[in-house]
Amino acid sequence: MAERERRSTPPYGGVFHARSRVLDADDVRRAVWRMAHEILEHNHGPDQVVLIGLQTGGVTFAEALADALEKIDGARPPLGSLDVAFHRDDIGLRPVLPAAVTDIPVDLTGQVVVLVDDVLFTGRTIRAALDAVHTYGRPKAIQLAVMVDRGHRELPIRPDYVGKNLPTRRDEMVNATLDGVDLGEVVKSR
Amino acid sequence: MKHLLGIEGLARDDIEHLLDLTDSFVEVSRRRMPKVPALQGRTVTWLFYEDSTRTRLSFEQAAKRLSADTLSFSVSSSAVNKGESLRDTVETIEAMGVDAIVVRHRSAGVPHQITKWVSGSVINAGDGWHEHPTQALLDCYTMREHLGGIDGLRIAVVGDVKHSRVARSDAWAFTELGAEVTLVAPPTLLPPSLDGWPVAVSHDLDAVLPKVDVVYLLRMQRERMTEALVPSLREYTARYGLTRSRVDLLDDKAIVMHPGPMNRGVEIAADVADLPRSVVTDQVRNGVAVRMAVLFELLGSGGER
Repeated sequence: MAERERRSTPPYGGVFHARSRVLDADDVRRAVWRMAHEILEHNHGPDQVVLIGLQTGGVTFAEALADALEKIDGARPPLGSLDVAFHRDDIGLRPVLPAAVTDIPVDLTGQVVVLVDDVLFTGRTIRAALDAVHTYGRPKAIQLAVMVDRGHRELPIRPDYVGKNLPTRRDEMVNATLDGVDLGEVVKSR
Repeated sequence: MKHLLGIEGLARDDIEHLLDLTDSFVEVSRRRMPKVPALQGRTVTWLFYEDSTRTRLSFEQAAKRLSADTLSFSVSSSAVNKGESLRDTVETIEAMGVDAIVVRHRSAGVPHQITKWVSGSVINAGDGWHEHPTQALLDCYTMREHLGGIDGLRIAVVGDVKHSRVARSDAWAFTELGAEVTLVAPPTLLPPSLDGWPVAVSHDLDAVLPKVDVVYLLRMQRERMTEALVPSLREYTARYGLTRSRVDLLDDKAIVMHPGPMNRGVEIAADVADLPRSVVTDQVRNGVAVRMAVLFELLGSGGER
């Protein structure tokens, strides 16, 4: 789910109802595998690559990408997590989850930072993440990997690695995990 | 949460939420550039009618790390010296448009009174002998950092409880989070009544020390010595000071805390203050992150959770 959608799901609101399955667990695994190859190809190997999963949905995908990169190339890239709550432009509209841990294990100066998220929607989370990354140093480059690109961008942001391009309506909702990708909507519980 | 006036009345969930939020700001403080834009465009001002070093500075550091604008204001060089009333001063500040006022005043209840005159948030940074809530929060956070949690801890609060707003806020916070609190002081330095305080009382420090996880020393307020509440500072140190030999009575893991400023040689021996088990500088460091959490909770997170 993109961050804007997550706001309306538990523990804060309605329940996600899946309408159709877009990818199953095997499809997701294959897409992660392909993206890992693309990251290596694009950067001529794993040197200086740092993976950063965006809390909360991107963290498991960043871990899966790190696993895949390790299997392909033998070296496991540094892996971090980032909660962009304090950098968002809609701060105050969304509760901060103290459980969403930020952990950047290395100095990012001179590194190739690959931001990893589950669903790319408006692009506002990524805007906040670009802002946040600069408080940890000056990377050589920042790239973006997402499991699902569902369109409806509100900012000039595009991903470098995409698991699945999925045309959606604005009021639909995408739930992406390692178990699969579903398209559906949120049913308000109140 | 709109204001932070005291710990009394806060539920365990509220306190734990603020401590959890503090974790996030400790992480921010460790960044190469320890600043986030969370409170951009918000204004925080200070109204300190009493002296302060660490509280004032750490609130200012907290506000700046959240990118809030800060309006500095010194009571001693302001129109207050021309006889301006508290209410007029507050309404002047309010008219300039501030989102939060951090107040310290010698009289209990002043922050509460100010909430009736302003539309923004009010944070109590110490009112008379009443409360000092952010101190209690940073104390809780420091204990959690060193001892893993507060539930079930045995804590001795030693010294001038009577004049201490820190002791009041701490007693509420520690017990609300599940600790057992024992106040250790001569009868003259205890409040006239402890009705409603969920604490035990002792006058024998040596008997209490072996049984506690935390020794919390209060500042001996020398300016109150004219009231002859203790025979002399030396006598106080002999019975209630944490001397080097008393430290040996403590459990190996027990920690020593002090809200500062310390009177070395009075309530705490000079060499005890520098032992590894003394976490006074951690308290100061955590003060910034705790106050970031408070400012963010009141101004940034939209109130509801």
